[in-house]
Amino acid sequence: MTELVSTTPGLYPLPDWAKQELSDLKGHQKHDLISGNEGADIVGAYDRAREEVVSEQTDAGLDRVVEGQLRWDDMLAHPLTVHENVETGGIVRYYDNNNFYRDPQVRGELTFSGDVAAELDATADLLGDESLQAVLPGPYSLSDLATDEHYGDEADFLDAVSEFLAGEVDAFPDHETLFLLEPSLVFSPPGEDVDERVPEAISAVSDATDADVVVHTYWGALDEKVYAHLMDADVDAIGFDFVAGDRDQTLYNVNEYGTKDDIALGLVDGQNTLVEDPETVRERVEWTLDNVQSQTFDTAYVTSNTELFYLPENRATEKLAALAAATEDELEVEA
Amino acid sequence: MSRDAENREQFRPENHDNEHFLLTTVVGSYPKPKWLNRANDLAEDPDSKFTQEHLHEAHDDACRVITNEHERSGLDTVVDGEMRREEMVEYFAHRIPGYEFNGPVKVWGHNYFDKPSVVGEVEYDEPWLVDEFEFTSDVASKPVKVPITGPYTLASWSFNEHYDSEADLAYALADLVNEEIEQLVEAGATYIQIDEPALATTPDDHAIVGECLERIVAGVPDEVRIGLHVCYGDYSRIYPELNDYPIDEFDVELCNGGYEQIDVFTDPEFEPDLALGVVDVHTAEVETVEEIKENIKQGLKVVPPEKLTVSPDCGVKLLPREVAYQKMENMVKAAREVEAELDAGEIDLDAPVPQAD
Repeated sequence: MTELVSTTPGLYPLPDWAKQELSDLKGHQKHDLISGNEGADIVGAYDRAREEVVSEQTDAGLDRVVEGQLRWDDMLAHPLTVHENVETGGIVRYYDNNNFYRDPQVRGELTFSGDVAAELDATADLLGDESLQAVLPGPYSLSDLATDEHYGDEADFLDAVSEFLAGEVDAFPDHETLFLLEPSLVFSPPGEDVDERVPEAISAVSDATDADVVVHTYWGALDEKVYAHLMDADVDAIGFDFVAGDRDQTLYNVNEYGTKDDIALGLVDGQNTLVEDPETVRERVEWTLDNVQSQTFDTAYVTSNTELFYLPENRATEKLAALAAATEDELEVEA
Repeated sequence: MSRDAENREQFRPENHDNEHFLLTTVVGSYPKPKWLNRANDLAEDPDSKFTQEHLHEAHDDACRVITNEHERSGLDTVVDGEMRREEMVEYFAHRIPGYEFNGPVKVWGHNYFDKPSVVGEVEYDEPWLVDEFEFTSDVASKPVKVPITGPYTLASWSFNEHYDSEADLAYALADLVNEEIEQLVEAGATYIQIDEPALATTPDDHAIVGECLERIVAGVPDEVRIGLHVCYGDYSRIYPELNDYPIDEFDVELCNGGYEQIDVFTDPEFEPDLALGVVDVHTAEVETVEEIKENIKQGLKVVPPEKLTVSPDCGVKLLPREVAYQKMENMVKAAREVEAELDAGEIDLDAPVPQAD
C-alpha cells in the first residue's frame, strides 16, 4: 500500500510583479545578482514573493510546501555563490539549458553560512499545519557546478561541500522532508574514483536531519554503475525523471538493483507549458508503480521532474494544482 | 552538397576598384538609437498620446538612419539593423498562428525572455518581413540582406505543446520559412541569412538543421544567396557535416575566440563560402585596420579569396553605436586593402598564417 505525497523540487519562477520590481531594485548585470547582504527593499520584495508562492502551494493543497528558492539567482549554485569564501566568476551555462549562473570559485574554507536556514525560518513562520520541505543541491551537483580553488583535490572538495551542506541542514527549522537535487549525477556522472564517494557525501548531509531525505535526479536515467553506488546512500528515497529520462534504463536500474522503501516520481514536465491534467498524472503514477516489479513502496512522492523556474508563472501555478489533485483521493496503489 | 555559390558577383559594386572582391556584410542587429527605445516605452504607456502609428513612423525613421549608417561605412550589402525587432524568437512567434505567449521566463539573473508556447499547428498567415524588406530596399542604394531566425532555433527556444517532437516542430516551421522566402524573393530579395544560434548549444542535432535547410531552400532560385549564421559553438561537432548543408555561405564568429577553431574547417575541404567574423562584438575596443586584415587572412586558410565574405562575429546591438559604426568602417577598409594586396600578388595564399594570440 503506497501513500502518494504531492510535492515539487522547488526553485519556483518569481511572480511577474516581483520579476519587474526586483529587476528595478537590483539591476540586470552580473554584479547586481544576489549577494546575501541585500538591503531592506530587496528583502521586503522577496518576503512578499515568498508569501505568495507559499500560499499558492497551500491553496493548491500540496502535501509538502517549499520555500520556492526565489532568491536563488544562480539556481542550484546559490548556496555557494552567496558564501563569504567564494568569489563569483563568469556567467556559465546551466546544464543544457538556455540559462546561466555565476561560476562559484571556492577560495577558502566552506564555513557555516546559514543563508538557506534563514529562508526556511521565514517559511516556517508562514505555515500552520502544513509540512515544510527543505531543498538543497546535493553535494555532488553543488561541487560539479563550482570551481575549486582551495581544496585542490576532487574527492576532498566533494567532502568539504558535503560537510558544508550538513552544517547548513543542522541549522534548519523542523522540516518533514529534505529534497537533495542531484541532476549532475545524470548530466555529468562522477568518474571512477569519485563515484563510490558520492553515497558517503550524500549520507553525511542526510545524517544531519531527522526528516525523510529524497535524492532527486533528472534530465535522463542514471548510469547503471552510478545508480548501484547511489543505493548505498543513507536516504529514504531516490527520485527519478520519468518525463525527459530514458524510462527503460531507469526501470532497469530499479528492477535490477532495487530501490529504497520510498520513491520520488518526476511525472509532471517542469520544462513545458503543457499542463498535465490530474488523471494523466495519476495514470503515470500507476503505470510507473506497476512497472517496478520488485517491490511496493510506503510512500511515493509525486513531483515535477525538474525545478519550476523554466516556466512562466501562470503555468507553474497550474502545474501545482494538477500535482495536488492527482494525489488528492488518498489513492492507494497496489504495485 | 552546398549550393552553387556563384551568386556573389551580383553584390560586387559597379565602381569596385579591385580585381578581387571580398564581400562585406553584417549579421543583422545594430544598436538602437536612444530615442527609439524611448519611443517604444511611450507607445507602451497607456497615459501617453504616443500611438502605434507614431511608433511605426519612428521605426521607419530608425530604419532609414541605420541603413544609411551601414552604407556610409562602405558595406557591400546592408540591413536595417533589425530596428523593428526586440527579440529574435518573439518577433516571429507573434506573426505565426499556433504560437501563444504566457509571460516571461528567466534566462539569467533578472534577464527574462517571453518564451512562447506552440499550442497548435503553426501556419503561414501574413508575410513576416516583406514590408520591412521593401521599405529598406527603397531607402538603400546597396543590396539588402534579410536575416531570418531559423526554424531550429524558433523550435528550440519555444515550449512545444503540440508536436510529437522538437524536430517535427522545426520541420513545420522550416516549411513556413520557405514560404516566407518565396514571398521575399518575389519582392526582390537576393540575400537571405538563416540564423541558427541554437545549433551551437545542441550540435548533436546537426542533421535536424540539415533537414530544415533542405525544406527552406526547396524551389529557391540559385541566384538567391542563402547564408547560415551560427555562433559560439564547438564546431568540431558540426564539421564536416555542415558541408552537406544546402547553403551558399556559412557565417561564423571566430574573432572572439582568437581563431582557435579555424583549423577545424580546413580538413576536409570547406565546401560553402565562408563568411568569417573579423571583429569581436563582445569588446568595445575598435580593432585597427591592420588587426582586421590579419583576421581576414585567417579566413584565407579555409577558402580562397573568391569564396570569402567578411562580417562581424555576430549582431552588434550590444555595442555602443559609435563603436559599432567604427568597427564596420574599419572592417570594410581592411577588406579593400586585402583585396588590393591580393591583386598585387603581395599575399602568398600558400604561406602559413600565424595563429592570433
